[in-house]
Amino acid sequence: MEITGAQALIKSLEREGVEVVFGLPGGAILPVYDPILDSPIRHILVRHEQGAGHMAEGYALATGRPGVAMVTSGPGATNIVTPIANAHMDSTPLVVVTGQVARAAIGTDAFQECDITGITMGITKHNFLVSSASEIPRAIAAAFHIATTGRPGPVLVDLPKDVAQSTMEWWYPAGVEELDLPGYRPLAGLDEAELERAAALLAASERPVLYVGGGVLKARAHEQLRAFAERTRIPVVTTLMARGAFPDSHELALGMPGMHGTYAAVTALQRADLLLAVGTRFDDRVTGRVSAFAPSAKVIHVDIDAAEINKIRRVEVALRADAAGALGALEEMGATPANLDVWWKEIRTWQESYPLTYDPPAEAGPLRPQQVIETIQAASPEGTVVAAGVGQHQMWASQFWRFEEPGTWVNSGGAGTMGFGVPAAIGAKVGRPERTVWCIDGDGCFQMTAQELTTARAEGIPIKVAILNNAYLGMVRQWQEMFYEERYSEVYLNADLPDYVKWAEAMGCVGLRARTPAEMRAVVEEANAINDVPVVVDFRTDTSEKVFPMVAAGASNDDIMVHPSQRGRA
Amino acid sequence: MSPEPFLGDAQHSPVRHHILSVLVENKAGVLARVAGLFARRGFNIYSLAVAPAESHERFSRITIVVDAETAPLEQVFGQLHKLVNVVEISDIAPDDAVERELLLATIPTDVENRTSLLDVIGAANASIVDVDAHHVTVMLAATPAGCDALERALEVHPGVELHRTGRVAVPRLGVPTHEPMRSR
Ligand SMILES: Cc1ncc(C[n+]2csc(CCOP(=O)(O)OP(=O)(O)O)c2C)c(N)n1
Ligand SMILES: [Mg+2]
Repeated sequence: MEITGAQALIKSLEREGVEVVFGLPGGAILPVYDPILDSPIRHILVRHEQGAGHMAEGYALATGRPGVAMVTSGPGATNIVTPIANAHMDSTPLVVVTGQVARAAIGTDAFQECDITGITMGITKHNFLVSSASEIPRAIAAAFHIATTGRPGPVLVDLPKDVAQSTMEWWYPAGVEELDLPGYRPLAGLDEAELERAAALLAASERPVLYVGGGVLKARAHEQLRAFAERTRIPVVTTLMARGAFPDSHELALGMPGMHGTYAAVTALQRADLLLAVGTRFDDRVTGRVSAFAPSAKVIHVDIDAAEINKIRRVEVALRADAAGALGALEEMGATPANLDVWWKEIRTWQESYPLTYDPPAEAGPLRPQQVIETIQAASPEGTVVAAGVGQHQMWASQFWRFEEPGTWVNSGGAGTMGFGVPAAIGAKVGRPERTVWCIDGDGCFQMTAQELTTARAEGIPIKVAILNNAYLGMVRQWQEMFYEERYSEVYLNADLPDYVKWAEAMGCVGLRARTPAEMRAVVEEANAINDVPVVVDFRTDTSEKVFPMVAAGASNDDIMVHPSQRGRA
Repeated sequence: MSPEPFLGDAQHSPVRHHILSVLVENKAGVLARVAGLFARRGFNIYSLAVAPAESHERFSRITIVVDAETAPLEQVFGQLHKLVNVVEISDIAPDDAVERELLLATIPTDVENRTSLLDVIGAANASIVDVDAHHVTVMLAATPAGCDALERALEVHPGVELHRTGRVAVPRLGVPTHEPMRSR
């Protein structure tokens, strides 16, 4: 069957099981937007290409399936660079199709030409410039294969306009062997000898910690993790990227480690004699000063990406494998540490002395951001998906929301991309329409990508957005308060400008506002009762509220600063 | 086997160098991917040579000499392997390598320097590959140390223009080598 390259592209996406594409058309990608009209694939028209990228990420994080975005050449392509970089940092499977100028025009500075494969070389897992229509099926099949196997990541396919317009005889690769990827072999095997050594280290350990990262979610290894943890009774910390990989309500859960982690999680890592690090990469936001991180711990590192092993921390045992396979194998061996009663007794005292806390708000307000988050969770259905922007509100969301299952936390970890929240929440809702989706956003973040609420309204995607409006770029303000002698430089935003309620209404959403605890409870109920259109709530929160605990950048995790009300405790 | 040139095979430059022989798919942009990776990760490349490999159409071989101080080898391997177009990496320790490099130099000549120049060329086993009334062009294919020595000897001549290719290397026969690491 003779079809155009554009038709072949859409057919290829169909063959990969794509149900939704987030995008925005333009000259170079125009040919592809015609056959989309005849395809069962849903297309969601964004208002800015950055929105398309973050939506695709939100979709992927909530569903575990690859997110797909499609944009035009030049500025369309550069507008999606931030989400690509974000997905690269967080190992999120993404396939991004960019239009490109016609082959003959490449290299001539043609209208809307840009070297997007060059620009994204360092922030994609791989990218392709497709040079003929007959290559399209293989490029798309390879893109999905690469994006979703091994350590997942974003793959970009750059499609020149004339390639989309020319014709080809339809075919599709029958399997991985036909993808022609001689240098890509992502499957890893478990090394028996290393497994034995891991078991031996576990058996000798008295103070082990399961240091769990996003790889556990990517590998869908949460059940293996739970089985292993419950049998061995090893305490579990879940990094910012792993929230939901282990239930926060579980007695073995210590919460999040790192710069704003719980005292118990941070301190357990510091005092551990063995870290079982699974699908995690010793990020500086977790380790603090690396030379002072978990100083007496031996390390068993499980990672699908061999380059992560010994990158930051020298390890005793390396299991270059998928988290599910490695945890499953360790479980099968029955690897067990010694009696952990003494260790747990110590951990319980930390938990009791330094729980996450905040001062209650005054009746007249302003609101405490932490309480807003707790109130939303209490009033929302179980399994609600939470997306976040980047800043204080993100840290409070990660700290105070109790995550119970995978796919319920959608956030920007490695890149820390402000503006991620709203579009990512939209993508998550598209992927899991049956779930309530709340975006916990900052006033600064909201202003970066709020235009996508127009998309949400137009496409019937009823997300809910809680703006924790502290009138500031709060996280930066916190650093200036603590480390720059309260010299506030370019961080004030003004709680009333813009008027978030009117802005929400202008975008066809319901806009609500709460200033006092009583209003807060009422407004959360009201927002949860609306299920046909997006809702935006402007929560007026305390400007001076800070995120605690905190480990200052570059400091040792031993120097963790707890909440002011807890200082001086044993 | 041709005799080794007098300028010495044994010495290696003092910096800790490592030789990576990287088999890559012969695709557009693959050199930029490899070079970009080194730049991005702060690994210093000492020299780099690239040419089509055994099966010319599909693969090229890039020989990279890295400064092992800036580039922990395990990291270089791990990160290189992640490039989808990288098929195979062999790491050749300098002591176990037969290394050769090509040097071409054009030297202005006059009655005063001609004799000493010819002595140096002869002693280095270099050959004259081009000549006009005022210049000679000299070629040497030798070990990097051999090329270093000739370079030092030629540098004394004002106006010398000198080019080196960067080395290529294969494991010395009879020395057990690491299995080439297949890309994973
Ligand atoms: C795109 C981008 N620009 C700048 C930053 C630096 N930054 C990190 S948090 C933050 C403040 C975020 O403000 P807001 O959204 O109001 O959240 P808050 O911290 O007040 O909760 C800034 C500017 C960033 N992470 N991303
Ligand atoms: Mg703010």
